[in-house]
Amino acid sequence: MSGVRVLVGTRKGAFVLNADGARKQWKVDGPFFGGWEMYHVKGSPADPQRLYASQSTGWFGQLIQRSNDGGRTWEPVDNKFVYEGTPGPHKWYDGTPHPWEFKRVWHLEPSLDDPDTVLAGVEDAALFKTADGGKSWVELPGLRRHATAPGWQPGAGGLCLHTILVDPADRRRIFVAISAAGAFRSDDAGATWRPINRGLRSQHIPDPEAEVGHCVHRIALHRSRPDVLFMQKHWDVMRSDDAGGSWREVSGNLPTDFGFPIEVHPHEPETIYVVPIKSDSEHYPPDGRLRVYRSRSGGNEWEALTKGLPQRDCYVNVLRDATSMDSLEEAGVYFGTTGGQVYASTDAGDSWTAIVRDLPSVLSVEVQTLP
Amino acid sequence: MIRVELPAHLRTLARVQGEVSLNVTGRVTPGAILDALEAAYPMLRGTIRDHVSHQRRPFVRYFACGRDVSHEAQDAALPDAVTSGAEPFLVVGAIAGG
Repeated sequence: MSGVRVLVGTRKGAFVLNADGARKQWKVDGPFFGGWEMYHVKGSPADPQRLYASQSTGWFGQLIQRSNDGGRTWEPVDNKFVYEGTPGPHKWYDGTPHPWEFKRVWHLEPSLDDPDTVLAGVEDAALFKTADGGKSWVELPGLRRHATAPGWQPGAGGLCLHTILVDPADRRRIFVAISAAGAFRSDDAGATWRPINRGLRSQHIPDPEAEVGHCVHRIALHRSRPDVLFMQKHWDVMRSDDAGGSWREVSGNLPTDFGFPIEVHPHEPETIYVVPIKSDSEHYPPDGRLRVYRSRSGGNEWEALTKGLPQRDCYVNVLRDATSMDSLEEAGVYFGTTGGQVYASTDAGDSWTAIVRDLPSVLSVEVQTLP
Repeated sequence: MIRVELPAHLRTLARVQGEVSLNVTGRVTPGAILDALEAAYPMLRGTIRDHVSHQRRPFVRYFACGRDVSHEAQDAALPDAVTSGAEPFLVVGAIAGG
């Protein structure tokens, strides 16, 4: 029988949750790396037993951990993330130049084909790559050297490269998103990049339609249709039908279009999920009601999914990397909250159950569908 | 042998319990101790000081015989009690919440 493994990164360690294909009984293992911030834990699509984890603290910096047995045991691999050459400055919050400084790895994106190849998105924003299972990391410097980079400014969480999508149909095409620079695309495996922010409108920047400077929170695509991108921006839910060439707003009837994650159903390319959050300063659901919103039309028309979720006095947040889906026939949806709950739905979001509910604040959730 | 005491998280990372004993060749200085420590426990590279510049991480301090030697040169002399192994060289993580 197939199974599901949920990889949960929290502010104080990582957890591995396992269930069989029924997804009724969950075994919780962890904490791994207790006391450390686990920004992201993700498995290799090419070898589900191979996992990578980003481990950091303000005290002792960045580590990368690797597991070859599905998270039972881990070993530290190389943690040397050094920008190529002498990095120039980006803009600080007050507009003054600020030196590019490595702080942490936000996101690890294992290759679709090779368990030893992983892309890492880091703060201050840059893209690194390993081709030897994490034994060494090299920067793909074309992104950080983009002509617009000296003008990039950090979002509240830092100048972080938090989203990496590799086009399943053309591995040379990579999409990334940076807060608060925007979205970028490479068509040559990361050598050169172009901003893909046309159509975005951000009221909080001097030129609301600037080429860069947009606080993109997350982008997502369906593997069968990689030219269609969905975006949760700081405010606004957006859609592109031309690989980021242009965007249009699809916030529609959402109660608020601020939020962090956006997810695409694995079997239905027009079914997408967001978790609306009240505002950029009030990082909790509107009205104290935790609601996932689903659109089956690729945006604009949204329905609230509430069954099993707290509908009063709930003031948690759901962060950008904290939603995921399995790819079982009846696809499961998962998300983690800053209150330490991980909710799962085995009916595409119609109803929810907390599969674990008292973890440290959840930073990331990734799901592996196991054979 | 030089004795080094590590913060709890780094002991876990290095898979050691209690103090670490190191053979330091040549003059015993903070830099030489950290070189030997990182050679014996490569997983600690980058966690105490920067990989390239060797600049101490901001929330880490070095102590020797009750004295804060964090701001002394990497090749500064250490007290005899540390170089003889009578006292440990302390790598200390800041006491800070969060």
